[in-house]
Order: sequence, then C-alpha cells, then structure tokens
Amino acid sequence: MARILSILVGLFFTVALAWSFGLGFYTWATDPAAPTAEHEFHLHPKEVAFASDGAFGKFDKQQLQRGFQVYKEVCSACHSLNHVAFRDLAQLGYSEGQVKAIAAGFQVPGVDPTTGEANLRPGLPTDYFPKPFANDVAARAANNNAVPPDLSLMTKARHEGPAYVYSLLTGFQAQPAELLKKFPDSKTPNGLHYNPYFANLNLAMAPPLTGDGQVEYGPGNPKPTVDQMSKDVSAFLIWTAEPSLDKRKQTGLAVTLFLLFATVLGYMAYRNIWAGKKH
Amino acid sequence: MSFPWANEYKPSHPFMQWMDDRLPLPRLVFNSVGAGYPVPRNLNYFWNFGFLAALCLIVQIVTGIVMAMHYAANTAVAFDTIEMTVRDVNWGWMMRYAHANGASMFFIVIYVHIFRGFYYGSYKAPREMVWLLGVVIFLLMMATAFMGYVLPWGQMSFWGAKVITGLFGAIPFVGEPLQQWLLGGFAPDNAALNRFFSLHYLLPFVILGVVILHIWALHIPGSSNPTGVEVKAESDTVPFYPYYVAKDGWFIGVFAIVFSLMLFYFPNSLGHPDNYIPANPMSTPAHIVPEWYFWPFYAILRAFTQDFFFIPAKLMGVLAMFGAILVWFFLPWLDKSPVRSGSYRPLYKKFFWFGLIPAMAVLFYCGGAAAAEPYVMISQLAALYYFAHFLIVLPIVSAIEKPLPLPYSITESVLGTDEAAQLAPSGSV
Repeated sequence: MARILSILVGLFFTVALAWSFGLGFYTWATDPAAPTAEHEFHLHPKEVAFASDGAFGKFDKQQLQRGFQVYKEVCSACHSLNHVAFRDLAQLGYSEGQVKAIAAGFQVPGVDPTTGEANLRPGLPTDYFPKPFANDVAARAANNNAVPPDLSLMTKARHEGPAYVYSLLTGFQAQPAELLKKFPDSKTPNGLHYNPYFANLNLAMAPPLTGDGQVEYGPGNPKPTVDQMSKDVSAFLIWTAEPSLDKRKQTGLAVTLFLLFATVLGYMAYRNIWAGKKH
Repeated sequence: MSFPWANEYKPSHPFMQWMDDRLPLPRLVFNSVGAGYPVPRNLNYFWNFGFLAALCLIVQIVTGIVMAMHYAANTAVAFDTIEMTVRDVNWGWMMRYAHANGASMFFIVIYVHIFRGFYYGSYKAPREMVWLLGVVIFLLMMATAFMGYVLPWGQMSFWGAKVITGLFGAIPFVGEPLQQWLLGGFAPDNAALNRFFSLHYLLPFVILGVVILHIWALHIPGSSNPTGVEVKAESDTVPFYPYYVAKDGWFIGVFAIVFSLMLFYFPNSLGHPDNYIPANPMSTPAHIVPEWYFWPFYAILRAFTQDFFFIPAKLMGVLAMFGAILVWFFLPWLDKSPVRSGSYRPLYKKFFWFGLIPAMAVLFYCGGAAAAEPYVMISQLAALYYFAHFLIVLPIVSAIEKPLPLPYSITESVLGTDEAAQLAPSGSV
C-alpha cells in the first residue's frame, strides 16, 4: 500500500516535470530565443595583472598613491567613496602630516559653531570622503539620469572586479559597424557611450580618462598613459574594497603552516593509537 | 543504552566522585564521546563528517555572536555596520569571512553527511529517529542560512528575500495575507530585517537542541558502519576514546586547512558580487540566485514552467521544492531492503552512483545558472530523476533486488575470519 502510494506521488511530480520539459523543448526547438546585441557583443574583462594578485601578492603602495591621485583628480567629481576615511590613507604610506594635509584639501559638511547653521569646513583625518552630490536626485540631474555608483566596494561588487574596472576605463570605443548591421535597433542612444565591457553595452559615463598625461604623476613614476592611469586607479579600488588584503594573506600563511604542522602531529598520534588495530 | 562490554565510568579523584553523585555530567561525556562509548572499528572517513558538522555549528555560533555585537538590524545602516565591522573592528574582517565561509563549509560537511546516510542506509531501523531529527536539522539550517544571508542587506539579500518569501504567495487563498504577515509589510523592509535577525540568532540554538537529540538517539543503537551489519561482540568495536577521538581529531586538521584556505585566500569566491551593492528595491539584479547550497532546490523550484491541470506552475514549483526535502522523512519506509549498506546492494548502488549523484550535480549546476535554455530543460530532466529516484526507483529496487552475501560480523569483514562465526548456525545473520 505504502509502495503504491509512493509511486503515485512520484508519478505526479515526474509527469508534471515531463509536461514542463516537453512544452519547453517544443518552444525551444520551434521558436528559439532571438539573439541580442548584449549577448553577442558583450566582452569578458581583459587580462590584467596587479601586484596584489596571488597567494603572496602585496599592494604596491606607490601604485596605490598614484591610483588615489587619479581618483581624487578625476573620479571624485562624480563618484563617492563612502566607506573610506582620510585616516585610512595612512595605509598607502602617507605620513600623519600628509594625511592631515590631504584631509584639509577636502571640504566636508559641518556645523557653524556660532550659528548652528550647516556649513562646509576643511576635512580632518577622522572624516570620511565627502559625497560629490547631496542626494540621488541631484546625482541623476547632473548625470543624464544615471546615479554614479559608490566606488568603495566596486572591485568586489562585479565579477572579476579589478579587471572589470580596468577594462571599462580602457574599453570606450565607437559602436562596431557589424553590430549596427546585425541589430539596427541597437544604436547607442544619445548621451550614452558604447563600451563592450558594460553589461548592456551602453554606459551613461563619458570616457573619464581621455588623454595621456591627464593626471600629472610625480618624478620616479611611470608615464601617466590612459592604460597606466586605469591600472593604477583599479589597484587603488582593490585597496578601498579590501584594505585588510595584505594582513589577510599574511595571517593565512601563518595559520595554514601552523595547521599543517598540527595536522601532521595529529595524524602521527592517530597512527600510533590505531597501530595493531586492524580496521 | 549501550553494549554490555562498554567501559564503566569510575571517577578516581574525590572531587569527581563527589560530582558524579550530584551531577553526573562527566559520566555523560564519558559515555557519549569518551571511553564509555563502543564504536564499530571499521568506520571509514565518511563517518568523520558528523563530528565536523558539530564543529561547524560551534564555529558559526561563536563567530556569529561576535558579528552580532557590531551589527545593527536596520535597513538604513545594516550594510554599513557590516562594512564597519570589516574595516574598523580588530580582526573584524576575519570574523565576517569566517562566518560567511563557515556557512558554506557547514553545508559542504552536511551534504557529505547526508549522502553518506543515503549510500550506507543509515536511515534504516533502528536509526529512523536519528535520520528524522537529521532532516529537521537540515531544514532548520536552511532557514537559518537564508535569514543570515538577508542581514547584510545587499542586493542579493533583498531580492533573495523577496523571491523566497514570495513563494508563500503561491499558496492558494491564504498565500498573500500569509506572506504579508510573515514579512510585516508588502515587501521586505525594516520589519522583516528585524525579525530575520531575531530568528537568525534564535535558530542556531534550536539547532543545537535538536543536535543533542540527534546524538542521543544515535547512542541508543550506536553508530552504524560501512558493512551495515550490526555490532555483535566486543571484537567488533573500539572505545570512542582514544580511537575515534584521534581519528576525528586529525581529520579536523584537514578540515581546518581547507577552511582557512577558503577564508584567507578565496573569501568571496562562493558569494555573489551583487551582495556588495547595498539593497535597492528600485533596481532588480539581472539574475537573482540564492547561495550555492540552495541551488539544487532552487533548480527544482524553477523546473516547473507549465501549469499542471488546475495547479499553477508556481505552486507546483513550491510544492516540489519543499517536497524534495520532505521526501527524505519517508526514506526509512520507502527503502524496504533489509540490507543497509549500498556496498552489498548491486542494483541500488548503480542507481545511487549513476542516477542520484549525477542528478544532484546537474541540479546544483543549473540552480546557479541563469534561468534560460538549455539549463531549464536539463534541470527538468534531473529533477524528474530526483523524484523518481526516491518515490519510484527505491520502492521497486528494494523489492526486486538480490543483495550480495553479508559478512557474518564486522570483525569478519575486517579480519577475514571471526571465531564466533564458526560457532553460529550457518546462514544466521
């Protein structure tokens, strides 16, 4: 009885699935989904290497400082960095005085101590990076109806984040003629910019890094080409997303070595205890 | 409760004697995981995963309590408090990654533990209660993990919560009011986040309670073993301490190495990048997927794409998703073969390795893939086999299968001979 009941319940689910499968298969075979421009022209991020890659990789502080400079002079006009405070910049190798000077170079929201009115004051190391727009409405109004996303976690918030940021910054180009021939309705709308590394191919952000030397690097640094600046700011954003990366890998090495040692000892104890006991 | 040859607890220190007369807690430990618990001598490494599961629960509770000290269950700040924990709390990044990856490790261990049970027939008499409590633990784990994933209030937190709570809306008549009552609103918001946090803190302790019942029920008949032949004599067993303490102990090291490699070198590989974007009810992610450990059941949910007679496709999917786990409750009565271990069941073994395991692997893959063809069709075939396996194949196989001859005892299977077997009448098992 139980057996018959179970087979009946089994048939209920399997027949329902077979029904779904059959109709799905028929639709798939007779009316396959139309190809889309996104599907055919979207590109996987480019291959790019960073000093912080790999199990023993570490941040290149000189590069992070250059990346910070690119963020400060270019990106920060539109993109916030909500989770990073000026004090964190000490991790990039800046001295206490330099951090204070960098902070003081930003105007942050404050309160006038005499009137209590909202005002702007020079930043302190304890302050966070100020937002470029008062709110999302203001951000939309200034950016062709798109909100520039916060960049603090950007390299963790996209698949292969660092390579994605680098590819996006260096990937702006004219829309391929082949695309327009195949998908005449997919012309990049006015005010948007074609970029094959962006999920739907058309991005509200205009190319931010347009010419070599747009940011002036100090002596002893590589030439600020668009490619170099893109790499540097990507490296900087790896750090903003994961400031503990160096410490994490160092800790991991120590923990893993200790565990290997302890496990070998544990294994020897196990062999010793079970010696002579067939199992 | 135990075998007659089990070592007896004899406290030698006067304090332990005093304690034993008043609160025999050391005696309980001695009889549960000490020298007083005889265990089959032939357990293989699949039997280590129960101990590991208990360890995972402890890791989750400890790291979770620390996380809760820095977390605020409010939609305005929840995302930021987690980031603050990671950036500004000493070793906060490690606690966060340990808790998030610890959940994944817990599910890896529990899936091995469950499939060990499937293969070796651990659910069969007299261990049905052990199995039923185990399924209850698995359901509680899924609920806890789901609510935990909502707490960071990222994009996948929000949209995952919306999809899963939306399933209740598929229940006829009462669905929609029930869904609103569960969420405390029309969509996941502050009320939902608060109650999820409250339950996420409560349920692990409920799990701990059921784990204690699970282990209690296990200690009545004692552990099963790879031959599936019950313990007959002292030569079949070794005391848990020191034998299995040593074996579980060194294997914890292996587990800890895998865990620490995940935690320190690939901490985000099992998570979805979208959850590093704060929740935005106005922007739907391209693909809403739950955490990897839900993928097989998510694939089953999505496999039902057509209404079936008068039952809407969505309701069928919900029924099937819950049914896929609830069917495990009936396993002891669906599989009636008197032989426990799959090693002595040639037909069952084939269906296990070439049916259930590939179907489960396919469901895992399709559950994480986008809901597009051909993944949906592939997942439909895999889900079809999944239900057929438990509800049709098992009852029939257990009726028609000719099992291989079993060893007389565990001792015989290990040593090749067993003196007691010579004395026993032939054919008695």
